[in-house]
Amino acid sequence: MALSETRIDQIGVQERVARLQSRSIKNDSKIEALTLALSMIDLTTLEGSDSPNKVRQLCYKATHLHENFPGLPHVAAICVYAPMIGTAKKALQGSEVKVAAVATAFPSGMTSLKTKLDEVKIAVQDGADEIDMVISRGRFLSGDYDYVAEEINKVKEACGSAHLKVILETGELVTLDNVRAASEIAMTAGADFIKTSTGKIQPAATPEVTLVMMQAIRDFYLKHGKQVGLKPAGGISKSKQAIQYLVMLRETLGQDWLKPDLFRFGASSLANDILMQIVKQNTGIYQSTAYFSID
Amino acid sequence: MTIENPSLNLQADWSYDPAPQSIEHVTIKDSYELFIDGKFTSSKDGSYRDNINPATEKTLTKVAEAGAEDVERAVEAARQAYEGPWSKMPAAERGKFLFRIARMIQERSRELAIIESMDGGKPIRESRDIDIPLAAAHFFYYAGWSDKLDYAFPGRQAQSIGVAAQIIPWNFPLLMAAWKLAPALAAGNTLVLKPAETTPLTALILADILREAGLPPGVVNIVTGDGELGRQLVRHPGVDKIAFTGSTVVGKEIMRALAGKGKRFTLELGGKAANIIFADAAIDQAIEGIVNSIFFNQGHVCCAGSRLFVEESVAQEVTQKLRERMETLIVGDPLDKNTDIGAINSIDQLKRIQAYVEIGKQEGGELYQSNCILPDTGYWHAPTLFTNVSQSHRIVQEEIFGPVLAVQTFRTVDEVIDKANNTPYGLSGGVWTDKGAKIFKVTRNIRAGVIWANTFNKFDPVSPFGGYKESGMGREGGVEGLLPYLNLKTNTQ
Repeated sequence: MALSETRIDQIGVQERVARLQSRSIKNDSKIEALTLALSMIDLTTLEGSDSPNKVRQLCYKATHLHENFPGLPHVAAICVYAPMIGTAKKALQGSEVKVAAVATAFPSGMTSLKTKLDEVKIAVQDGADEIDMVISRGRFLSGDYDYVAEEINKVKEACGSAHLKVILETGELVTLDNVRAASEIAMTAGADFIKTSTGKIQPAATPEVTLVMMQAIRDFYLKHGKQVGLKPAGGISKSKQAIQYLVMLRETLGQDWLKPDLFRFGASSLANDILMQIVKQNTGIYQSTAYFSID
Repeated sequence: MTIENPSLNLQADWSYDPAPQSIEHVTIKDSYELFIDGKFTSSKDGSYRDNINPATEKTLTKVAEAGAEDVERAVEAARQAYEGPWSKMPAAERGKFLFRIARMIQERSRELAIIESMDGGKPIRESRDIDIPLAAAHFFYYAGWSDKLDYAFPGRQAQSIGVAAQIIPWNFPLLMAAWKLAPALAAGNTLVLKPAETTPLTALILADILREAGLPPGVVNIVTGDGELGRQLVRHPGVDKIAFTGSTVVGKEIMRALAGKGKRFTLELGGKAANIIFADAAIDQAIEGIVNSIFFNQGHVCCAGSRLFVEESVAQEVTQKLRERMETLIVGDPLDKNTDIGAINSIDQLKRIQAYVEIGKQEGGELYQSNCILPDTGYWHAPTLFTNVSQSHRIVQEEIFGPVLAVQTFRTVDEVIDKANNTPYGLSGGVWTDKGAKIFKVTRNIRAGVIWANTFNKFDPVSPFGGYKESGMGREGGVEGLLPYLNLKTNTQ
């Protein structure tokens, strides 16, 4: 596999992002965006200290975002480490919320392919609807693109019917040219979604990286007719940011991608900020954070 | 799942609500007067011209229409101020005035941006983020030169010229006033400024700023009126220098009028710039560059990249992406913060653009216009693309001054350089490629005053702007922008 033929001009990307971010989203269009964003969240907990109780609390939150405000959507998925899949599945039984599990030696990806495949298979057996894998950034940076592609391909096979999200960990890829190339490799190798970051490396998702990935998805779609999803993850904690991402999505990929099937936010604290904004848009006043549950 | 004939649906269900700029704190007076000798004064014959908001076709206000006697008064006031305080003032003191004006423009920036958009139809995003900040930046920049003129031209003594008449266009009203005023004042001249008849309001608010800044009476005089007033200024014997920005037709007329008169002049005229996209360019960013080069300010830009040259191997990709991008451009209310393309400046200009689009169709050009919905009242034109045209087409040769882009393809570097230069104009140009060597080759060989590489329409007070060939003579901006307002003397002792 060769590097992408598509060149990226970093300054140009920054300018485009700045222009998109100058869109002013008000009134009904703001409510609509916030509600949509809420339904796109992968509510995430990825800590070494996670416990079944913690995950159960999160799952309850996923389906009961703000009880005294009826009519809100549920989030798209819960994103957890593999040992928590069973707990999450059980807690979410009867709901439409998906369970996503990180796998392939998340977050570093530093283990053998065999171990990764075993991990993925077990996660799928445990009931994961979606697998969030990481690419081998070291191999990518050393120019071994074939290895990276092959690995994604194998993981995709191991996923079976589970959806595969491929985390590029753009914070370690450094350049936007690399982000574009890695996006193309992942999509060609079978990714259902491409995802910016693990959330464990800074910078995590940035608007610039996300825009480049959107453009890669657009070009891949127009060429091959396959719609690949996108998940910016990490560092998106405010409603305003979420709306800016949706503006970018609307003006780059359009209507088809404005749904949780093809766009997700990987975030933990974003949901509460959106809830606070929705309540504010409806009542005209900001409520204290004390009114929003912190699960 | 594979989709047959994939295409993007950019008309999303989720659309943006209007986000109008609040205009509550802005007052537009019932009438505006001339600014002569430090005072606002009605014209001698008391006549006014209605000022129209091109987005609504409603009358905003009326503006005094100057006549020959008012020109006389204005030139006389400028002469008195030149002989009097201004040429005798220590240069550092002149500089202080310019700094003060710059700061006051910043303080009133929102008001200026709103009125600029109401008067001329440009989107508030542009007047707020580009026109007004750049106008302030020009005053800041030239303020610094005031007391350093002898260092700007080492070994030579820089002397002011006298009274300058400055005639500016309607596309960047306040910014063009700043481009003219700031270097002329820094160099120690006094002036009579004539804004365009459709867009005089921000210049008259600037007059208010000048008065409040305590600028001595007569140093800057502002007379409003149409082309006839401009003619009177150009021919006035009391004027030592003419600075004009506008069409090449008028520029030629000015040159004829000034032949043998011993007056200095600078002209910044039309353009038909080549914007060149090579196959190895960052295409998505180049698309943005194309949008900025032709749809900025409704295409009312003398340095607009109105001739697009795309390398044949990527021509299909580029035109397809450009069409998609055009679909996301929001055309409408200039005061809406989300508007990308505002109103056409005047009914006359709209008719001119429409006439050119007709010519383009008749000539066999393939037309594409975005599916935007234009408002019912006001002057509007959808972003427009012509493919299947050549250097022989009139829409490729002539300046349209609207959101109309003519697209041609090319195969080699030499071919595109030849085609880019195949025009009487030479104001600007753009080149998009990942290869540094190609940038050097193209930029060296295109005969135009400003060439942008992997960007377009970037302005900075530090860099001189001006044309080759029929795009004009003289430069504005930078240390070179001082030259038209100075006599340089070599003193040997």
